[in-house]
Amino acid sequence: MSDLQEKYVLELLESGKRIDGRKFDEYREIKIERGLVQKAEGSAVVSLGKTKVAAGVKLEIGEPFPDTPNEGILIVNAEFSPIASPEFEAGPPGEDAIELARIVDRVIRESKCLQLEKLVISQQNVFIVFVDLHIINDHGNLIDASALAAIAALKNARIPKVENGKIVREEFTGNLPVIFTPVVVSVCKVGNNFLIDPDLLEENVLDSRLVVGVRDDDKICAIQKQGSKPLKFSDVEKMLDIAIAKSKELRRLVG
Amino acid sequence: MKKDIKLLVEGKRLDGRLPDQLRPISMKVDVISRADGSAEVRLGNTIALASVYGPRALYPKFLQEEESGIVRVRYNMVPFSVDERKSPGPDRRSIELSKVMRLALEPAIFLEDFPKAAVDVFVDILQADGSTRVAGINAASLALACAGVPMRDLVSACSVGKIEGTLIVDLNGIEDNNSESDMAVAMMPGRDEITLLQMDGELNKDEVLRLLSLARENCKKIYELQKQAIREKYKSGE
Repeated sequence: MSDLQEKYVLELLESGKRIDGRKFDEYREIKIERGLVQKAEGSAVVSLGKTKVAAGVKLEIGEPFPDTPNEGILIVNAEFSPIASPEFEAGPPGEDAIELARIVDRVIRESKCLQLEKLVISQQNVFIVFVDLHIINDHGNLIDASALAAIAALKNARIPKVENGKIVREEFTGNLPVIFTPVVVSVCKVGNNFLIDPDLLEENVLDSRLVVGVRDDDKICAIQKQGSKPLKFSDVEKMLDIAIAKSKELRRLVG
Repeated sequence: MKKDIKLLVEGKRLDGRLPDQLRPISMKVDVISRADGSAEVRLGNTIALASVYGPRALYPKFLQEEESGIVRVRYNMVPFSVDERKSPGPDRRSIELSKVMRLALEPAIFLEDFPKAAVDVFVDILQADGSTRVAGINAASLALACAGVPMRDLVSACSVGKIEGTLIVDLNGIEDNNSESDMAVAMMPGRDEITLLQMDGELNKDEVLRLLSLARENCKKIYELQKQAIREKYKSGE
């Protein structure tokens, strides 16, 4: 992004406007397409404006972790595919991909939306639920889009039939037990303004961002500060208020 | 993960502390002679070592920033720091922590004072008993100051959380593993600004804000100890 563009976006924001005419607390158009990938037990493709993220849920059978013998296993992974941005490179995940996956993992885990205790097959075997996030187009705000895709895919996922300790693909015994719909609203700060869902150009001029995971009952299940400028203590309350208010809108879309 | 352990007995924690009590803290600076600045911070049994190299020349050249320096942070847990040996080298957790620690320290540093150069911050956790990232930030901030890196303020950090409905400060390992919620906070106390904020668990907004103010209060205590550790060093005229 050129200095000129950066200056233009900043000046617009200072005058209370956004580059695409949105209000500061307005998401871009959100689309959720469920079940696109039939090979996956659950899937969803989320678009936030031009940003696009696919999430797939695959179930495998494995041994439980020794410290949680009576629970299934959740593993969240993200790939910033080089298809999605000139800045992404093939190879092992970088720190941004790892951070994103770990935040989505915490939102799912800490909200207790997925009943892992219902994913035990036998004493030795449990289901491992893999949630893979695949970035298709990075046009800003990957984290909100990814979390939305993950929860939509989980709610779309079915439990495969198990025969003789093996999964029978494409035969199902029920839906994955998902009892809450946590969503992520990242509230961004530029100068003295707070905004949500930054577009790619806006993302480059942010001072800081508070990623907030919110559950159906307004409980906050995860927070992560991002960006290299500090926040004031009074900022945090304002940002949480925005996140809680907007979370309801996102949740309605997931259904 | 979560076990059936009573973490609070008659208002006291398993190690005898009150909910709002820090563990015994020790801080020493200049503990690694080869480093430009270094520090050791102990929070109870947690031991964090930090060393700083630089500002120094940054290669390859494409990593250089024309108008400012860069900070690189590596958080690392040594293999014998935990119950089950941790295989050496970065894992996903330490890569994420390295990133958030960098962002926690960066706002305190006058990066524009050393264009094209890098400051490298290495944090090794020798023993992990909870709150390792905040111990690491406290040590890193001391090491940066001792390396003479130009700074706006020290960065002070502490962990807070909720166990059995009670808000507590400075989680040890067992509390960390069994808490209902936990939060790590770093700030520049002299400027009253937050540079790191991570939380997970299940809290309503009011509890988040109460934890945040508990953290703010205790970061200020840590700040005083950090300043004291630096003064101690220069008083002795070494």
